[in-house]
Amino acid sequence: MNFQLSEEQQMLADSAKRFVRDNSDVETHRRNKKLMPLDAATWQQFADLGWLAVPFEEEHGGLGMGPLETMVLLEALGEGLIMAPYIATVVLGGGFLRQASAAQQAETIPALLEGKLQVAFAAEEYERVFTLENTAMVADLKGNEAILNGTKSCVMNGDQADLLVVLARTAGKPGDQDGLSLFLVDVNAPGVERVPHRTVDGRQGAEIRFNQVKVAEAARIGALHGGYAIARQVLHEGLLALSAESVGSLSVLLNETVEYSKTRKQFGMPIGKFQVLQFRMADMFIAMEQTRSLLLAATLKTVEGHDDAAMAVHAMKAQLGRAGRNIAQEAIQIHGGMGMTDELGVGHYVKRVTGVDGLFGNADVHLMAIARSA
Amino acid sequence: MDLRVPEQEKAFRDEVRTFLEESLTPEIREAGRLVTSVFAPVKEAMAWQRILNDKGWAAPHWPKEFGGTGWSVSQRAIFAEELVRAETPPLVPMGLHMCGPCLIGCGTEEQQQEYLPKILNGEHFWCQGYSEPGSGSDLASLKTFADKDGDDYILNGTKIWTTYAHYANKMFALVRTNRDGKPQQGITFLLLDMDLPGITIEPIVGLDEVPEQCQVFFDNVRVPQKNRVGAENDGWTVAKYLLTFERGGQEYAPGLNVMLEKIRLMAEKQQTAFGPLNKDPVWKHKFAALEADVLALEFTEMRIKSALSAGKDPGALSSMTKILGTELLQKVTELRIETLGSQSVIWQPQALVPGEEQPVIGPEYALTAMPHYLNSRACSIYGGSNEVQRGIIAKAVLGL
Repeated sequence: MNFQLSEEQQMLADSAKRFVRDNSDVETHRRNKKLMPLDAATWQQFADLGWLAVPFEEEHGGLGMGPLETMVLLEALGEGLIMAPYIATVVLGGGFLRQASAAQQAETIPALLEGKLQVAFAAEEYERVFTLENTAMVADLKGNEAILNGTKSCVMNGDQADLLVVLARTAGKPGDQDGLSLFLVDVNAPGVERVPHRTVDGRQGAEIRFNQVKVAEAARIGALHGGYAIARQVLHEGLLALSAESVGSLSVLLNETVEYSKTRKQFGMPIGKFQVLQFRMADMFIAMEQTRSLLLAATLKTVEGHDDAAMAVHAMKAQLGRAGRNIAQEAIQIHGGMGMTDELGVGHYVKRVTGVDGLFGNADVHLMAIARSA
Repeated sequence: MDLRVPEQEKAFRDEVRTFLEESLTPEIREAGRLVTSVFAPVKEAMAWQRILNDKGWAAPHWPKEFGGTGWSVSQRAIFAEELVRAETPPLVPMGLHMCGPCLIGCGTEEQQQEYLPKILNGEHFWCQGYSEPGSGSDLASLKTFADKDGDDYILNGTKIWTTYAHYANKMFALVRTNRDGKPQQGITFLLLDMDLPGITIEPIVGLDEVPEQCQVFFDNVRVPQKNRVGAENDGWTVAKYLLTFERGGQEYAPGLNVMLEKIRLMAEKQQTAFGPLNKDPVWKHKFAALEADVLALEFTEMRIKSALSAGKDPGALSSMTKILGTELLQKVTELRIETLGSQSVIWQPQALVPGEEQPVIGPEYALTAMPHYLNSRACSIYGGSNEVQRGIIAKAVLGL
């Protein structure tokens, strides 16, 4: 057992921390009150720093790294509340493209590594509590083509994406793991309509409507009806990245709250001297550390392929939701009115952590996944 | 002891319902549906207040001689329930629920005659100048100074978290008139015009991106001494009297019941892989816990109302309902975003502005969930933080 970062991982962490020091995004969050184009300069910087190459094989021009390195990078980005769509394009998008055919990879991975391709995973649907197997949107099979009809909701990075990975049902009914298929769809394909929107955490997404969208067989990832296993593996890597980022954000919420309590004086002393607040900040600290432990558990078990890796991922997302809620709420309460303002960073971190719980199944959904598998 | 509802109260409820049905305009109803705060959109809330005032129903809690309705406590409760059930926008409380009762209790006859009618008809829009950047929970440490000069006071300092100061034409404020002695003993309660020379108002944008709060700066602002309520240096007594209204005057249970019912309907529409969410055991358990809490609060509030109608002072009990009401509101808004999942992550504040006719992305019922969740985090901070309220209970009720 060893929880130390390797030399390579430490370098990645250091470079990410340097980037965050120079580019902390709270100011951008505060300014962005409308739909904004992709911050192309930052994305190019990501490409130049080699970050877009992290999870790709060396034969594809990647760095051949995995979820541990992604964790190190994302935790630092979470500390800076960096909004770049890394998880959507590199972790989820890249994850699917690694499972794609050689022809699909040749068409997409070089552009992605250069920073010229944005990807989004279109999975969630309105009025359907998110789990992969709860997918209802149908792809009808006609000859060698699949025809997509329906709507995907809250597609993160869906507004900027060039390429969509769409999870749809080619057989069976909601609840079945079998019968799901994955399709690569160009956003400019006839019948694809996007309704872009902001999200609570200062980022952007889109509702994406599919009206008789024809997809060739060559654009499918994995076997027909056999998309579940791939989607689950990629989603879990996405959840690991999302959680790593959030652990970075939670640590900032905790630190800022503790620091504020040392300087804010009421009744003639720093409010951090009041035992009632000390106990609550101690609980925030414990919740934070427990989340970090589950992040390590889930990431290491996934990397090493343990049997209970999926269970650990569910436990981590559940913990993230619950601890995140608690830490975010206490951070605001202890900051008082200032915590409610757009001006202070705290609120922006709170909004990100709150948004993350809502994405890809909240704490209850993931606890239920554990309960049902037991 | 019983819960029987007298016949005349049933008839009264019908009368209120009929009035609401007939007098609520589509614009006011829309504003009511779009509420994500205890403070409703101003234009529609004020339009609604004028309609109520024409009927004589703007301030049922005021004594009849000042423009109240003369209703019994239970009639007032019925009225409040029906307003909530019809999803009317809540009236702006600073005049009707704070300054008004305060002037009735502590103002001179001249002040009552000058201000109360204009509170009722909305001509005066009040804001509350209490908190300061350095004085929140420790309100008595406030440092906005009022120095005497002839017949006036000259104000210097700043107030913060002044809700809707940018809409207000009047402010009631606590200012320091004596720098010596116990902090509580040097405070004076003043009424002032917001257009006086030397006043600057800076709106503060909140987490929901709405500038609901403001900071107000005073630079040598001249206020006539006759605008004082109560004696000089005795403003703390006036403020405490008012805070009891701010904390205890509100009833939370009726609104919470309406919200819970709507959440139940939302859960019915959400499909899990095993059926609708409202049949999911985890969701049901959470919902049931809140239903039980709200039922308890409903009866706690009724006990307080019953004590009030027997002429008793609710005193520290108002701290209890403030804690319970605000924290349950927070939990209910939390259950709502959890029920909606990623649908609550979609952020479209422009669709919350009445009359904008901005198309809603995603289910319309999800629109208010996240802004309301975020906004309601303020409820345990304002009006005396819930830490302060627990302190009051510990001290005043438990004698600790």
